[in-house]
Amino acid sequence: MKRFVSIWFPSLSTDWFELRKPELKKNAFVLVAPSHGRMIITAANSLANKRGIAKGMVLADAKAIFPSLQYFDDKPDLQSQLLQRIAEWCIRFTPASAVDPLGGIILDASGCSHLWGGDEAYITDILKRLKQKGYSAKAAIADTIGSAWAMARFSNERVIEKEKHLEALLTLPPESLRIEQKTSERLRNLGLRQVKNIISIPRSSLKRRFGDLIIQRINQAVGTEREFIQPVYPIEPFQERLPSFEPIQRIEGIEIALGQLLQKLCSRLQREGKGLRSAYFRCYCIDSHVTGIEISTSRPSNHIEHLFHLFSLKLSSIEPRLGIELFVLEATKLEDHTPLQEEFWKQTTGLNNNKLSEFIDRVCGKLGAGAVQRYLPDEHYWPERSFKEASSLKEQPTTQWKSDKPRPLQVLSPPEVVQVTAPVPDYPPLNFRYLGKLHKILRADGPERIEKEWWIEEGEHRDYYAVEDEEGNRYWLFRSGHYDEAKRPLWFIHGFFA
Amino acid sequence: MYSPDLFLLVGFFIPLSIRMRMAVSKANIISDLQKEILLLQGFKPGSAGGTEGGLGLIKHAFPNATFPKGAVHEFISTTNESASASLGFIAGIASSLMKGGAPSVWISSKKSAFPPGLKTFGLEPHNIIFIQSRKPKEILWILEEALKTDCLSAVIADIGEISFLESRRLQLAVEQSKVTGLLLRRNPKNFSTACVTRWSIKPLPAEKKLIPGIGFPKWDVALLKVRNGKPGKWQMQWHDERFEFIERAITTYEQQQRKIV
Repeated sequence: MKRFVSIWFPSLSTDWFELRKPELKKNAFVLVAPSHGRMIITAANSLANKRGIAKGMVLADAKAIFPSLQYFDDKPDLQSQLLQRIAEWCIRFTPASAVDPLGGIILDASGCSHLWGGDEAYITDILKRLKQKGYSAKAAIADTIGSAWAMARFSNERVIEKEKHLEALLTLPPESLRIEQKTSERLRNLGLRQVKNIISIPRSSLKRRFGDLIIQRINQAVGTEREFIQPVYPIEPFQERLPSFEPIQRIEGIEIALGQLLQKLCSRLQREGKGLRSAYFRCYCIDSHVTGIEISTSRPSNHIEHLFHLFSLKLSSIEPRLGIELFVLEATKLEDHTPLQEEFWKQTTGLNNNKLSEFIDRVCGKLGAGAVQRYLPDEHYWPERSFKEASSLKEQPTTQWKSDKPRPLQVLSPPEVVQVTAPVPDYPPLNFRYLGKLHKILRADGPERIEKEWWIEEGEHRDYYAVEDEEGNRYWLFRSGHYDEAKRPLWFIHGFFA
Repeated sequence: MYSPDLFLLVGFFIPLSIRMRMAVSKANIISDLQKEILLLQGFKPGSAGGTEGGLGLIKHAFPNATFPKGAVHEFISTTNESASASLGFIAGIASSLMKGGAPSVWISSKKSAFPPGLKTFGLEPHNIIFIQSRKPKEILWILEEALKTDCLSAVIADIGEISFLESRRLQLAVEQSKVTGLLLRRNPKNFSTACVTRWSIKPLPAEKKLIPGIGFPKWDVALLKVRNGKPGKWQMQWHDERFEFIERAITTYEQQQRKIV
């Protein structure tokens, strides 16, 4: 059986302002945001609420009610940022805590509350700790997200016993079903002021009058439809620790420690597709002296040797004093990292491999990753498809490069039309005109017929000829389609042989 | 103290055989000195089994009879066709430079190279990193950075104009890294560059009497300039994954000596 906690913060933004400026607690103040040329109150603190100032009022009206009202500009993303941080903090109560898209926090408390000694103690602890942090909150625990949400907002009951959530819901107003305000107003106008009135109506009539959402919300609240939450996970710091059995004073020992830490850190970075831009290697000496060295890279890297080399240049500056008892390696700045360069290091046997990677890094950094390419053979006869771009430097050819048929060194993409004199069918042309110059063909090889792969693309086949003109220049020409006196198929120049 | 007269006098009395031997040893001394000068200029004598850029047959045109690796070579071309011929010749040289398995870089302004065609010249196209940029300044920057990267076997660049100053920078880069730079220069105007060799490769028509078909790639190879070597002209073809002479060198001429003022 699932248990969910819904936490509601009636005054999240104003609490945050009060935390920042404690003197505000004594005053009535509101947060405002411009809307349609007016300043609308987006949040009001409890003192302002007491004076009848509520969210949604125009600031000018509120000032008329209470002239000495203080007001501040609301920060647009404040609420969502605060909720995200609180959700991360709530990991202490359950491994699955999520931000409620309707405002508030949802905790999947299944099997958690017994650790606090029951649901009552669990909720009390959550509220107490939030209170200590300075946020006033309401919370409820129930079997479904919908019912917990409703109880937190529209009831003072905190703990709904297992399988009692339906009874608890019955007396609540229609708003507690998490439906649109327009729908709930209509329900009220129709005299349906409690959930029990609504639930008793046949679903098909409800759906016809109020749409799909209300059905979904009722099902979710009752528990016949599952609802999913997206838990937040706090970011684990990229940090590795290595305590040493005996104090280490010699550089060889420090190097071993650094190597092991880099091994651990880099394998995690590689798993998560990250690369570090800067890292800090900290050494705790037994006389409580802390020393460390920092490195930074021009591009994200998780290559152990490369990083070790960077560190090793500075290792001599570490003062071990009486000996180091704990090594900590922390990646202080991280970036996403494609495994492009790594494999290339392994491929080459040269000693200065990192120079190549740095070169590729620099070029990619300056021109963008698209400027650098590597090609692999592809099993297609169509020349344009006979090779493909390698997705990474790691990728190895799965098939051989073919050299049985003549292929030019340079190609024109797309092929260019040439004028030819071709009187004999399936013979190379006598001459062709390219860029205004007439080339007389003395020698030729071919034809090599290449079909357009019909399962990829429909079209005419090509008959390729490798031809040589009187100056010895060699060209790759093709006729698109069959020789036909009537239709006159087009001839193209596609490339230049060496 | 020996005066020159005394030398002459002594020489007069020395038997002919000994005098010949002295001449031979003098020639040795001169060649040794030449080698020393070359060494000072940065040309190391070729190690045993050196690749010679696959150009074994014309190696005597180069200083120390070794294709200068770790240098910038220029190939001049005026047309698309001769550019293709030059690229074929360059690919042939690069394939022997890449025998060690180290990758190479191919820099160009547009996607013109056709990777499957490179296989003909013994290159493994998947070991080549192709870099494109439209801006000449960026190409020069990539070229210089690539030439500084000493784990590359060769850097092939398809570029246009290059000034003397820029070519000096490239030369300085390769002197450090020992990477071989092979530059294809299309329609260049400036010929005073700091390259070690300058070539002009033109396609050669097939001979009339031979069998039909276009046959192997054939070139008219002209080594226009080579520092400390002998420029020459050859007719070569690419056959069986190596360079081959079609005929013996037609002409070999001494490089014009520049007067030192």
